[in-house]
Amino acid sequence: MAINWFKYSSPTTFYGLAGKMIPWFAIPAAILFAIGLYMGFFVAPVDAQQGEFYRIMFIHVPTSILSMFFYLIMAGYAALGLIFNTRLSAMMASAIAPTGALFTLISLLTGALWGKPMWGAWWIWDARMTSQLILLFLYFGFIALHASIDEPRRADRAAALLAIVGSVNVPIIYFSVKWWNTLHQGSTIKFSGTSMQITMQHTLLTMTIACWLYAIAVVLARVRSIILERERKTDWISELPEVRS
Amino acid sequence: MKPRHKRFVFIAVALAGVGLAVGLVLYALRGNVNLYFTPTQVFDNKVPKDRSFRIGGLVEAGSVKREGDGLTTNFVITDMYKEIPVVYKGILPDLFKEGKGVVAEGKMGAGGVMVAEQVLAKHDENYMPPEAADALKKAKAMEAADALTKGGAANAAEKVAMPTNAPVPVAK
Repeated sequence: MAINWFKYSSPTTFYGLAGKMIPWFAIPAAILFAIGLYMGFFVAPVDAQQGEFYRIMFIHVPTSILSMFFYLIMAGYAALGLIFNTRLSAMMASAIAPTGALFTLISLLTGALWGKPMWGAWWIWDARMTSQLILLFLYFGFIALHASIDEPRRADRAAALLAIVGSVNVPIIYFSVKWWNTLHQGSTIKFSGTSMQITMQHTLLTMTIACWLYAIAVVLARVRSIILERERKTDWISELPEVRS
Repeated sequence: MKPRHKRFVFIAVALAGVGLAVGLVLYALRGNVNLYFTPTQVFDNKVPKDRSFRIGGLVEAGSVKREGDGLTTNFVITDMYKEIPVVYKGILPDLFKEGKGVVAEGKMGAGGVMVAEQVLAKHDENYMPPEAADALKKAKAMEAADALTKGGAANAAEKVAMPTNAPVPVAK
């Protein structure tokens, strides 16, 4: 039996699949957020240097990692859409952008709240923070460029190009603390191991997975509404039970 | 070549081109992207004259002296090769400690003393509870004592690394 790999690459079939998948991501996300926040506030020990302040890391680090990761995923979908001319890929890229921008914003704001008591400054123009700010502007630019072109397929192509070009910023953010002198400390989680106590690591991992699942659920919900909006003139949409009633 | 192959090649070439351009720009900017200079660079006259700049390094142990007014602090920034004395009038961040990272911004005053307008603490990427930090300190002291008595780095191979997986009591 030959499997049709491209069955779910059409908006028609993916719309139903996405609707069925949402609870499978949303419910575990809620459970893991509850566990992660409890561990972060009550189970993880205080830090020897930073005391209680370091706990903001449990939201700062997951959102920072995922803001970079989702940019690459978004650029990947945009490239797929550009190369294969598939409609769904471009819709996925548009669906990821607002969540990526939200995570970048949370990462910058929590970083500022952490920086003031620990470093003595809300903001400083060091390489890590400046490149992360550029990531926020890239997300905003992608959303704005897409919204400024009326014809959806042309908007997809223009925004896709911006997303692909912008992806060179991601390795710059990641390696900035290695390449230059920055106020921001080096990476705690490295490919070679993690310089963090084990309970703190587990809490961080729980929060990261929770954020990740939340993002998938939200992106699936958003891509469903994008499909509805862009395919509204087609027959299959007018035959959907939720549209007919 | 199918049209989609053409588009793929076009995107790959464009991405490589942009990557190369950004790489060259960053290479040209390499010195200017750094947030601070090290004391060695100050001695090598690599810092701007008559302009505010930042020095980064460690606060030298035993160098912090507070003056009578309760606000002015004198300390020395070191990178283990050269030292720069700094005078700062203002409130220091919580993490400012001897032997820890610091970034000071200001101008060079008379006698090679930096008059700082802002002092920032720089912390490291290691997170552990106070008990583990104490244990680490003790282990290091023991190792140093061992090395002295045995007259060599016999235990060098068993250096105590970051106790990330060590059983650590959870602080309550």
